[in-house]
Amino acid sequence: MKALRKFLDRIKPQFEPGGRFQSFRSVFDGFETFLYTPRTTSTSGVHIHDSIDSKRTMIIVVLALLPCFFFGMYNTGFQHWLAAGETEFPFWDLMAYGFFAILPSVVVSYGVGLGIEFIVAQWRKEEIQEGFLVSGLLIPMICPIETPVWMIAVATAFSVIFAKEVFGGTGFNIFNPALVTRAFLFFAYPAQMSGDKVFVATDPILGFGHTLPDGFTGATPLAQVATNVGDQLNLTSLSGDAVSTWDMFLGLIPGSFGETSTLCILIGAIILLVSGIANWRVILSVFVGGALMAWIANIFQSPTYAASLLSPIDQLMLGGFAFAAVFMATDPVTGARTNIGKYIYGFLIGVMAILIRTYNTGYPEGAMLAILLMNAFAPLIDYCVVQSNIRRRQRRGITIKS
Amino acid sequence: MSRNINIKKGLDINIKGAASISQHKSVKSDICAIVPDDFPGFTPKPSVKEGDHISVGGEILHDKRFDDIKITSPVSGIVKAIVRGNRRKIERIEIAVQGNDEKIKFQLNDKSREELKRIIMHSGLWVMLRQRPYDIIPTPDKTPRDIFVTGFDSAPLAPDFNFILKDKETEIKAGLEALSTLTDGNVYIGLRTEKNLCKAQNVTPIVVSGPHPAGNAGIQAANISPVNKGEIIWTTDLITVSRIGELLLTGTIPTETTITLTGSEIAEPKYITAPIGAKIGSIIAGDIIESPHHKRIISGNVLTGIKVEPDGFLRYPYRQITVIPEGDDVDEFMGWASLSPNKMSVNRSFIGHFLKSKLFSPDARLLGGRRAMIMSGEYDKVLPMDILAEYLIKAIISRNIDDMEKLGIYEIAPEDMALCEFVDTSKLEIQKIVREGLDYLRAELE
Repeated sequence: MKALRKFLDRIKPQFEPGGRFQSFRSVFDGFETFLYTPRTTSTSGVHIHDSIDSKRTMIIVVLALLPCFFFGMYNTGFQHWLAAGETEFPFWDLMAYGFFAILPSVVVSYGVGLGIEFIVAQWRKEEIQEGFLVSGLLIPMICPIETPVWMIAVATAFSVIFAKEVFGGTGFNIFNPALVTRAFLFFAYPAQMSGDKVFVATDPILGFGHTLPDGFTGATPLAQVATNVGDQLNLTSLSGDAVSTWDMFLGLIPGSFGETSTLCILIGAIILLVSGIANWRVILSVFVGGALMAWIANIFQSPTYAASLLSPIDQLMLGGFAFAAVFMATDPVTGARTNIGKYIYGFLIGVMAILIRTYNTGYPEGAMLAILLMNAFAPLIDYCVVQSNIRRRQRRGITIKS
Repeated sequence: MSRNINIKKGLDINIKGAASISQHKSVKSDICAIVPDDFPGFTPKPSVKEGDHISVGGEILHDKRFDDIKITSPVSGIVKAIVRGNRRKIERIEIAVQGNDEKIKFQLNDKSREELKRIIMHSGLWVMLRQRPYDIIPTPDKTPRDIFVTGFDSAPLAPDFNFILKDKETEIKAGLEALSTLTDGNVYIGLRTEKNLCKAQNVTPIVVSGPHPAGNAGIQAANISPVNKGEIIWTTDLITVSRIGELLLTGTIPTETTITLTGSEIAEPKYITAPIGAKIGSIIAGDIIESPHHKRIISGNVLTGIKVEPDGFLRYPYRQITVIPEGDDVDEFMGWASLSPNKMSVNRSFIGHFLKSKLFSPDARLLGGRRAMIMSGEYDKVLPMDILAEYLIKAIISRNIDDMEKLGIYEIAPEDMALCEFVDTSKLEIQKIVREGLDYLRAELE
């Protein structure tokens, strides 16, 4: 490790102002602080600091996403094999297929997003912020596997620039950048982003996988719900079998790359909650709100709104609901920041997500829109909580004086 | 019957190098200094010239606005230097110790409030009191609603007041009685356990339990009877009360202070009796562990102290010196990913979090880059006040006076938010922000 430190010390002057590579100073700084804890010591206030920093915070979120990511690789392969009519599912072939299927999206998302972050950091003469480490992985995970990479590139660039950097970067954004990317794709390319083709990888990649038969349809359970006719729901997998609650829990159903497995999301949630990075208030209240709305919808079930035929448990496990509750709603920057606000914010996300999903058949996935909507309302919720604190303080003054 | 308050939020930081009461020594210093910056709200005007002879209690500085408020010399000797910085600001006054401690006698003519104020101001003890709002020295023409005295220090490695004040019962009693004539309201005294030592008249003892910052007078005030807009309270500690008592009983001011010499870089952490404003080098001589790495000497505790050099001086509140590794010569490879049990954190992703009895030896590094406020709710866990810290900090940064007032800036002092700064993932300089906010508000409103 000494040699690496020496190497960094040797090349560092070239990145300082006046050096040959001064326009890459932020990039160098980003890598240096990644490799070695900065030697900066405190100049005012406290003399010792907690060991937690934003690098560790973000990496823990990435770690919590990994179970979902690995499962997404497996499931991508699994759905492909299933669509091809196979009955044998060789684990490593499935994983390899899924890996190659997702790799371009991950590379493009990180490449475009971090590229913009580096440029902006250099331009503002700031350190590179770590926020995009999470967003960059979230983006491919919440998109259908067949999303063209150029669309991911365009959407990522749009969201990093217009949802984040124009507001001042990580910590100042109003909307969750990953969700803005998804929403941009959803509204800019509706034809390519919905339907029954995009959620299952269709082509062989690098010798892995199969060529799928022509008439294949790979509708997600929620898409099937949206097109359901009659008062009986028959959700089927790609092989034509009925989808059980257990399948939904494990996640062996078509859907966006990382969102399908409630089990893996649960593992991620445990990582986030044990480490104290995500707030339990938000996660809990999203599920409470969602369950309540799903229960109400289920009581007043009607064939016009087929999703109301789903049981509350199925509602919470289908689509991106659980994933959004654990990884998106808990974003501290775009969510409510006060403790009471977090309960309200989470609860309304849960209610809105199921409300949109059930009663607006045009948008089978309500969680994304619900969170973006509540992102906009989070400051208002916090404002009310802050005002109540202010009023309490003012009243206190009046009682004492009288 | 005393009242109890139980403070739940906060954090006791376990660091290595607590002083043992079995180790106690006295040191002398050939030079002492007073730093006016230690007394916010005091605008110094020198009352002496270099070369002047000065006795213990002799006036060296007075306040520009209220010239009755004086800072006096803790030692007798010759004014060696009036050190000025930018724009001729007085940085410190150094006094070379000489003579045999001839002391100025302060006479109390009657027991009225005005006379008591006069003698405290003239003796130089006034500047050791604090007023809220603004966390400044008290304004003499205003009477405080209540006075809050803290009877213990809960900061990391802080000295034990019971040890420092063990034979001061009469002084404390006299001091507390004096304080009760300075207010129309109550004198509250926050203590860890109920004790006889504070059975003075007109004093309300409060038993305070809970982690740091439970020992801050301001935190106790917020949990007993918070400051509202337009009100004024004073805060102080039992050591200052004992000094005031000594002044009233003997007519002279104390020249010495008992401090703890603590921290992981001290061979044998101990109690030391030293002159007020003594030179750091003469206090720590021979006690620092010899090692090649850089060290940081802090006059005070690790949360609110001031960084000093060996040729610097003991700073107000003259209570503690902590020496820790500086850390600017450490290469830590991928420290953010560390699983080492030696990393101190409130975050459960660190093994160190679970080692509740482990003593850590942290250095002065920020351990991360400075960022915008990202995580939410971090400050609330360590600030036992009914204040939304994040919103207050944001209001201060944006210099929004209206919001600052509404969110409770009058109730806080920088020291109350020191733990927020410690736990902050974004490494913001919260105490500095609060101090600047208080100064800004005072400049705008007064």
